[in-house]
Amino acid sequence: MSLITTFSTWLVPCLIAVVLLYGTLKKVPSYDAFVEGGKEGFSLAISVMPFLVGMLVAIGVFRASGAMDALTHLIRPLMSAIGMPSQVLPLALMRPLSGTGALGLMTDLVKTYGPDSFVGRLASVMQGSTDTTFYVVTVYFGAVGIHRIGDALKVGLLADLVGVISAVCIVTWAFG
Amino acid sequence: MINLIWVALFLIGMGYAAVNGTMDDVNKVLFSSANDAVQICFGLVSILIFWLGLMKIAEKSGLLNKLSNLFKPLMKRIFPEVPPDHPAMGYILSNTIANMFGLGNAATPMGIKAMEELKKLSGGKTTPSRSMITLLALNTSGLTLVPTTVIAIRMQSGAHSPTDIVGPTLLATLCTTTAALLIDRYFHHRRRRKK
Repeated sequence: MSLITTFSTWLVPCLIAVVLLYGTLKKVPSYDAFVEGGKEGFSLAISVMPFLVGMLVAIGVFRASGAMDALTHLIRPLMSAIGMPSQVLPLALMRPLSGTGALGLMTDLVKTYGPDSFVGRLASVMQGSTDTTFYVVTVYFGAVGIHRIGDALKVGLLADLVGVISAVCIVTWAFG
Repeated sequence: MINLIWVALFLIGMGYAAVNGTMDDVNKVLFSSANDAVQICFGLVSILIFWLGLMKIAEKSGLLNKLSNLFKPLMKRIFPEVPPDHPAMGYILSNTIANMFGLGNAATPMGIKAMEELKKLSGGKTTPSRSMITLLALNTSGLTLVPTTVIAIRMQSGAHSPTDIVGPTLLATLCTTTAALLIDRYFHHRRRRKK
Protein backbone atom coordinates (compact mmCIF):
# COMPACT_ATOMS: atom_id res chain seq x y z
CA MET A 1 0.00 0.00 0.00
CA SER A 2 2.74 2.50 0.93
CA LEU A 3 4.62 1.56 -2.24
CA ILE A 4 1.72 2.40 -4.50
CA THR A 5 0.99 5.72 -2.78
CA THR A 6 4.68 6.68 -2.95
CA PHE A 7 4.68 5.86 -6.65
CA SER A 8 1.64 8.09 -7.12
CA THR A 9 3.27 10.99 -5.30
CA TRP A 10 6.48 10.77 -7.32
CA LEU A 11 5.05 10.09 -10.77
CA VAL A 12 3.65 13.56 -11.47
CA PRO A 13 6.67 15.63 -10.35
CA CYS A 14 9.05 13.31 -12.20
CA LEU A 15 6.99 13.61 -15.36
CA ILE A 16 7.11 17.40 -15.12
CA ALA A 17 10.88 17.38 -14.59
CA VAL A 18 11.42 15.12 -17.61
CA VAL A 19 9.29 17.34 -19.86
CA LEU A 20 11.09 20.51 -18.75
CA LEU A 21 14.59 19.01 -19.01
CA TYR A 22 13.95 17.51 -22.43
CA GLY A 23 12.39 20.74 -23.72
CA THR A 24 15.37 22.80 -22.55
CA LEU A 25 17.80 20.28 -24.03
CA LYS A 26 16.04 20.58 -27.39
CA LYS A 27 16.12 24.39 -27.13
CA VAL A 28 12.35 24.79 -27.08
CA PRO A 29 11.25 28.20 -25.72
CA SER A 30 9.60 26.39 -22.82
CA TYR A 31 7.82 29.31 -21.22
CA ASP A 32 6.37 30.52 -24.53
CA ALA A 33 5.20 27.02 -25.40
CA PHE A 34 3.67 26.64 -21.95
CA VAL A 35 1.66 29.85 -22.31
CA GLU A 36 0.50 28.83 -25.79
CA GLY A 37 -0.76 25.46 -24.57
CA GLY A 38 -2.22 26.96 -21.41
CA LYS A 39 -4.60 29.13 -23.41
CA GLU A 40 -6.27 25.97 -24.70
CA GLY A 41 -6.66 24.83 -21.11
CA PHE A 42 -8.73 27.85 -20.22
CA SER A 43 -11.17 27.44 -23.07
CA LEU A 44 -11.42 23.73 -22.34
CA ALA A 45 -12.39 24.35 -18.71
CA ILE A 46 -14.98 26.94 -19.72
CA SER A 47 -16.41 24.66 -22.40
CA VAL A 48 -17.27 21.91 -19.89
CA MET A 49 -19.19 24.39 -17.71
CA PRO A 50 -22.66 23.97 -19.29
CA PHE A 51 -22.29 20.17 -19.23
CA LEU A 52 -21.39 20.21 -15.59
CA VAL A 53 -24.13 22.68 -14.58
CA GLY A 54 -26.78 20.66 -16.42
CA MET A 55 -25.69 17.34 -14.98
CA LEU A 56 -25.08 18.49 -11.41
CA VAL A 57 -28.49 20.18 -11.19
CA ALA A 58 -30.26 17.11 -12.56
CA ILE A 59 -28.42 14.83 -10.14
CA GLY A 60 -29.03 17.29 -7.33
CA VAL A 61 -32.78 17.15 -7.93
CA PHE A 62 -32.71 13.36 -8.17
CA ARG A 63 -30.78 13.11 -4.91
CA ALA A 64 -32.63 15.79 -2.93
CA SER A 65 -36.03 14.31 -3.75
CA GLY A 66 -34.99 11.05 -2.08
CA ALA A 67 -35.27 9.06 -5.30
CA MET A 68 -31.54 8.26 -5.27
CA ASP A 69 -31.79 6.77 -1.78
CA ALA A 70 -34.74 4.65 -2.83
CA LEU A 71 -32.83 3.38 -5.86
CA THR A 72 -29.64 2.55 -3.99
CA HIS A 73 -31.65 0.85 -1.26
CA LEU A 74 -33.25 -1.34 -3.88
CA ILE A 75 -30.00 -2.67 -5.39
CA ARG A 76 -27.81 -2.63 -2.28
CA PRO A 77 -27.82 -6.44 -1.72
CA LEU A 78 -26.66 -7.05 -5.29
CA MET A 79 -23.76 -4.63 -5.01
CA SER A 80 -22.52 -5.67 -1.60
CA ALA A 81 -22.08 -9.17 -3.00
CA ILE A 82 -19.01 -7.95 -4.97
CA GLY A 83 -17.91 -5.45 -2.31
CA MET A 84 -19.05 -2.40 -4.23
CA PRO A 85 -20.65 0.45 -2.27
CA SER A 86 -24.09 1.11 -3.78
CA GLN A 87 -23.40 4.85 -3.95
CA VAL A 88 -21.05 4.37 -6.92
CA LEU A 89 -23.55 2.33 -8.95
CA PRO A 90 -25.01 5.35 -10.81
CA LEU A 91 -21.46 6.31 -11.80
CA ALA A 92 -20.69 2.82 -13.09
CA LEU A 93 -23.86 2.94 -15.20
CA MET A 94 -23.23 6.47 -16.49
CA ARG A 95 -19.53 6.04 -17.34
CA PRO A 96 -19.98 4.35 -20.74
CA LEU A 97 -22.85 6.68 -21.71
CA SER A 98 -21.48 10.14 -21.12
CA GLY A 99 -18.07 11.42 -20.11
CA THR A 100 -19.33 14.75 -18.83
CA GLY A 101 -22.30 13.05 -17.15
CA ALA A 102 -19.95 10.70 -15.35
CA LEU A 103 -17.69 13.61 -14.45
CA GLY A 104 -20.68 15.29 -12.84
CA LEU A 105 -21.57 12.15 -10.86
CA MET A 106 -17.97 11.59 -9.82
CA THR A 107 -17.64 15.20 -8.67
CA ASP A 108 -20.84 14.84 -6.70
CA LEU A 109 -19.59 11.66 -4.97
CA VAL A 110 -16.22 13.22 -4.10
CA LYS A 111 -17.93 16.32 -2.71
CA THR A 112 -20.57 14.39 -0.73
CA TYR A 113 -18.41 11.64 0.76
CA GLY A 114 -15.06 13.43 0.79
CA PRO A 115 -12.11 12.84 -1.55
CA ASP A 116 -10.27 10.65 0.96
CA SER A 117 -13.22 8.37 1.70
CA PHE A 118 -13.46 4.91 0.16
CA VAL A 119 -16.38 6.00 -2.03
CA GLY A 120 -14.53 9.15 -3.11
CA ARG A 121 -11.41 7.24 -4.08
CA LEU A 122 -13.32 4.49 -5.83
CA ALA A 123 -15.25 7.09 -7.84
CA SER A 124 -11.97 8.80 -8.78
CA VAL A 125 -10.35 5.58 -9.97
CA MET A 126 -13.47 4.51 -11.87
CA GLN A 127 -13.62 7.85 -13.65
CA GLY A 128 -9.96 7.61 -14.65
CA SER A 129 -9.80 3.98 -15.66
CA THR A 130 -12.46 3.66 -18.35
CA ASP A 131 -13.72 5.86 -21.13
CA THR A 132 -17.03 6.84 -22.67
CA THR A 133 -17.68 3.87 -24.95
CA PHE A 134 -20.84 5.21 -26.61
CA TYR A 135 -19.24 8.58 -27.32
CA VAL A 136 -16.10 7.05 -28.78
CA VAL A 137 -18.06 4.64 -30.99
CA THR A 138 -20.43 7.39 -32.18
CA VAL A 139 -17.76 10.00 -32.88
CA TYR A 140 -15.04 7.81 -34.39
CA PHE A 141 -17.27 5.69 -36.61
CA GLY A 142 -19.65 8.56 -37.39
CA ALA A 143 -16.85 10.82 -38.57
CA VAL A 144 -15.61 8.40 -41.21
CA GLY A 145 -19.00 7.03 -42.27
CA ILE A 146 -19.00 3.52 -40.81
CA HIS A 147 -22.66 2.58 -40.51
CA ARG A 148 -22.51 -0.92 -39.07
CA ILE A 149 -20.98 -1.00 -35.64
CA GLY A 150 -20.01 -4.67 -35.72
CA ASP A 151 -18.56 -6.01 -32.49
CA ALA A 152 -17.16 -2.64 -31.42
CA LEU A 153 -19.87 -1.79 -28.90
CA LYS A 154 -19.84 -5.27 -27.34
CA VAL A 155 -16.06 -5.15 -26.92
CA GLY A 156 -16.22 -1.68 -25.38
CA LEU A 157 -19.00 -2.44 -22.92
CA LEU A 158 -17.46 -5.72 -21.79
CA ALA A 159 -14.19 -3.87 -21.19
CA ASP A 160 -16.09 -1.27 -19.16
CA LEU A 161 -17.48 -4.02 -16.96
CA VAL A 162 -13.97 -5.37 -16.38
CA GLY A 163 -12.90 -1.80 -15.59
CA VAL A 164 -15.53 -1.33 -12.90
CA ILE A 165 -14.76 -4.65 -11.25
CA SER A 166 -11.01 -4.12 -11.31
CA ALA A 167 -11.45 -0.59 -9.91
CA VAL A 168 -13.39 -2.03 -6.94
CA CYS A 169 -10.76 -4.73 -6.35
CA ILE A 170 -7.73 -2.45 -6.68
CA VAL A 171 -9.13 0.36 -4.51
CA THR A 172 -10.10 -2.17 -1.85
CA TRP A 173 -6.59 -3.60 -1.99
CA ALA A 174 -4.76 -0.25 -2.01
CA PHE A 175 -6.81 1.74 0.50
CA GLY A 176 -8.89 -0.96 2.21
CA MET B 1 -29.50 8.45 -25.00
CA ILE B 2 -27.90 11.00 -22.72
CA ASN B 3 -30.80 13.38 -23.38
CA LEU B 4 -33.27 10.80 -22.14
CA ILE B 5 -31.28 10.06 -19.00
CA TRP B 6 -30.95 13.75 -18.22
CA VAL B 7 -34.67 14.44 -18.54
CA ALA B 8 -35.49 11.28 -16.61
CA LEU B 9 -33.29 12.40 -13.68
CA PHE B 10 -35.31 15.63 -13.44
CA LEU B 11 -38.76 14.16 -13.94
CA ILE B 12 -38.31 11.16 -11.66
CA GLY B 13 -36.79 13.43 -9.02
CA MET B 14 -39.63 15.91 -9.21
CA GLY B 15 -42.26 13.18 -9.26
CA TYR B 16 -40.69 11.51 -6.25
CA ALA B 17 -40.49 14.84 -4.44
CA ALA B 18 -44.17 15.53 -5.13
CA VAL B 19 -45.15 12.21 -3.55
CA ASN B 20 -42.63 12.36 -0.72
CA GLY B 21 -43.06 16.00 0.22
CA THR B 22 -39.42 16.92 -0.40
CA MET B 23 -40.16 19.72 -2.89
CA ASP B 24 -38.53 22.25 -0.57
CA ASP B 25 -35.18 20.46 -0.79
CA VAL B 26 -35.50 20.21 -4.56
CA ASN B 27 -35.98 23.97 -4.81
CA LYS B 28 -32.92 24.65 -2.72
CA VAL B 29 -30.73 22.22 -4.63
CA LEU B 30 -31.69 23.64 -8.04
CA PHE B 31 -29.65 26.75 -7.41
CA SER B 32 -26.97 25.45 -5.10
CA SER B 33 -25.98 22.70 -7.57
CA ALA B 34 -25.67 25.15 -10.45
CA ASN B 35 -23.46 27.30 -8.30
CA ASP B 36 -21.36 24.29 -7.29
CA ALA B 37 -20.85 23.31 -10.91
CA VAL B 38 -19.55 26.74 -11.91
CA GLN B 39 -17.17 26.79 -8.95
CA ILE B 40 -15.82 23.39 -9.92
CA CYS B 41 -15.15 24.60 -13.45
CA PHE B 42 -13.14 27.52 -12.16
CA GLY B 43 -11.20 25.06 -10.07
CA LEU B 44 -10.47 23.09 -13.24
CA VAL B 45 -9.07 26.14 -15.01
CA SER B 46 -5.84 26.18 -13.02
CA ILE B 47 -4.82 22.57 -13.54
CA LEU B 48 -5.90 22.40 -17.17
CA ILE B 49 -3.87 25.49 -18.03
CA PHE B 50 -0.86 24.05 -16.25
CA TRP B 51 -1.12 20.57 -17.74
CA LEU B 52 -1.93 21.54 -21.32
CA GLY B 53 0.84 24.13 -21.16
CA LEU B 54 3.30 21.48 -20.07
CA MET B 55 2.12 19.12 -22.79
CA LYS B 56 2.74 21.81 -25.39
CA ILE B 57 6.41 21.79 -24.35
CA ALA B 58 6.48 18.00 -24.68
CA GLU B 59 4.91 18.26 -28.11
CA LYS B 60 7.28 20.95 -29.40
CA SER B 61 10.42 19.30 -28.06
CA GLY B 62 9.53 16.09 -29.85
CA LEU B 63 9.14 14.15 -26.62
CA LEU B 64 5.67 12.96 -27.63
CA ASN B 65 7.08 11.74 -30.95
CA LYS B 66 9.88 9.93 -29.15
CA LEU B 67 7.36 8.21 -26.93
CA SER B 68 5.41 7.18 -30.01
CA ASN B 69 8.51 5.49 -31.43
CA LEU B 70 8.99 3.68 -28.16
CA PHE B 71 5.54 2.11 -28.45
CA LYS B 72 5.86 1.24 -32.12
CA PRO B 73 6.96 -2.40 -31.66
CA LEU B 74 4.05 -3.01 -29.30
CA MET B 75 1.57 -1.36 -31.66
CA LYS B 76 2.74 -3.54 -34.54
CA ARG B 77 1.60 -6.56 -32.53
CA ILE B 78 -1.72 -5.02 -31.57
CA PHE B 79 -2.47 -3.95 -35.15
CA PRO B 80 -1.05 -6.77 -37.29
CA GLU B 81 -3.02 -5.70 -40.38
CA VAL B 82 -1.61 -2.17 -40.51
CA PRO B 83 1.75 -1.77 -42.33
CA PRO B 84 4.18 -0.19 -39.80
CA ASP B 85 5.09 2.71 -42.09
CA HIS B 86 1.53 3.50 -43.12
CA PRO B 87 0.30 6.95 -41.94
CA ALA B 88 -2.50 5.15 -40.05
CA MET B 89 0.08 3.79 -37.62
CA GLY B 90 1.38 7.30 -36.89
CA TYR B 91 -2.10 8.55 -36.07
CA ILE B 92 -2.88 5.49 -33.96
CA LEU B 93 0.31 6.12 -31.95
CA SER B 94 -0.39 9.82 -31.40
CA ASN B 95 -3.97 8.99 -30.44
CA THR B 96 -2.81 6.48 -27.84
CA ILE B 97 -0.13 8.78 -26.42
CA ALA B 98 -2.57 11.70 -26.17
CA ASN B 99 -5.02 9.43 -24.34
CA MET B 100 -2.31 8.31 -21.94
CA PHE B 101 -1.62 11.89 -20.92
CA GLY B 102 -5.30 12.63 -20.46
CA LEU B 103 -5.47 14.95 -23.47
CA GLY B 104 -8.92 13.88 -24.62
CA ASN B 105 -9.27 16.89 -26.88
CA ALA B 106 -6.03 16.13 -28.69
CA ALA B 107 -6.77 12.41 -28.82
CA THR B 108 -10.11 12.69 -30.62
CA PRO B 109 -8.86 14.41 -33.82
CA MET B 110 -5.94 11.95 -34.01
CA GLY B 111 -8.32 9.02 -33.57
CA ILE B 112 -10.58 10.27 -36.35
CA LYS B 113 -7.59 10.73 -38.65
CA ALA B 114 -6.49 7.17 -37.83
CA MET B 115 -9.98 5.88 -38.66
CA GLU B 116 -9.89 7.67 -42.02
CA GLU B 117 -6.58 6.04 -42.89
CA LEU B 118 -7.85 2.63 -41.75
CA LYS B 119 -10.89 3.07 -43.96
CA LYS B 120 -8.59 3.68 -46.93
CA LEU B 121 -6.70 0.50 -46.00
CA SER B 122 -9.90 -1.54 -45.95
CA GLY B 123 -10.93 -0.21 -49.35
CA GLY B 124 -13.56 2.30 -48.19
CA LYS B 125 -16.11 -0.21 -46.93
CA THR B 126 -18.86 0.99 -44.58
CA THR B 127 -18.38 -1.99 -42.25
CA PRO B 128 -15.59 -1.70 -39.67
CA SER B 129 -12.36 -3.57 -40.31
CA ARG B 130 -10.54 -5.58 -37.67
CA SER B 131 -8.07 -2.77 -36.97
CA MET B 132 -10.89 -0.24 -36.57
CA ILE B 133 -12.52 -2.31 -33.85
CA THR B 134 -9.17 -2.75 -32.11
CA LEU B 135 -8.58 1.02 -32.19
CA LEU B 136 -12.02 1.57 -30.67
CA ALA B 137 -11.32 -1.00 -27.98
CA LEU B 138 -8.09 0.80 -27.15
CA ASN B 139 -9.91 4.12 -26.90
CA THR B 140 -12.94 2.95 -24.94
CA SER B 141 -10.73 1.35 -22.31
CA GLY B 142 -9.35 4.79 -21.47
CA LEU B 143 -5.64 4.18 -21.13
CA THR B 144 -4.61 7.01 -18.77
CA LEU B 145 -1.25 7.77 -17.18
CA VAL B 146 -2.28 10.96 -15.39
CA PRO B 147 -6.03 11.50 -14.84
CA THR B 148 -5.74 15.30 -14.84
CA THR B 149 -9.39 16.20 -14.37
CA VAL B 150 -9.87 13.72 -11.55
CA ILE B 151 -6.85 15.12 -9.72
CA ALA B 152 -8.19 18.65 -10.21
CA ILE B 153 -11.55 17.77 -8.69
CA ARG B 154 -9.93 16.01 -5.74
CA MET B 155 -7.72 19.04 -5.18
CA GLN B 156 -10.77 21.27 -5.27
CA SER B 157 -12.53 19.14 -2.65
CA GLY B 158 -9.59 19.42 -0.28
CA ALA B 159 -8.14 15.93 -0.63
CA HIS B 160 -5.30 15.11 1.75
CA SER B 161 -3.20 13.92 -1.17
CA PRO B 162 -5.05 14.52 -4.48
CA THR B 163 -2.66 12.35 -6.50
CA ASP B 164 -2.85 9.24 -4.33
CA ILE B 165 -5.27 7.67 -6.81
CA VAL B 166 -2.77 7.82 -9.70
CA GLY B 167 -1.21 4.44 -8.96
CA PRO B 168 -4.50 2.56 -8.49
CA THR B 169 -5.93 4.26 -11.60
CA LEU B 170 -2.92 3.14 -13.61
CA LEU B 171 -3.35 -0.44 -12.43
CA ALA B 172 -7.08 -0.41 -13.13
CA THR B 173 -6.60 1.10 -16.57
CA LEU B 174 -4.00 -1.57 -17.39
CA CYS B 175 -6.52 -4.27 -16.45
CA THR B 176 -9.21 -2.64 -18.56
CA THR B 177 -6.98 -2.16 -21.59
CA THR B 178 -5.63 -5.72 -21.45
CA ALA B 179 -9.18 -7.02 -21.12
CA ALA B 180 -10.36 -4.87 -24.02
CA LEU B 181 -7.61 -6.18 -26.30
CA LEU B 182 -8.24 -9.79 -25.29
CA ILE B 183 -12.01 -9.45 -25.78
CA ASP B 184 -11.32 -7.83 -29.15
CA ARG B 185 -9.10 -10.77 -30.17
CA TYR B 186 -11.76 -13.22 -29.05
CA PHE B 187 -14.46 -11.55 -31.16
CA HIS B 188 -12.10 -11.41 -34.12
CA HIS B 189 -11.46 -15.14 -33.99
CA ARG B 190 -15.15 -15.84 -33.52
CA ARG B 191 -15.93 -13.79 -36.63
CA ARG B 192 -13.32 -15.69 -38.60
CA ARG B 193 -14.67 -19.05 -37.55
CA LYS B 194 -18.17 -18.07 -38.65
CA LYS B 195 -17.02 -17.31 -42.19
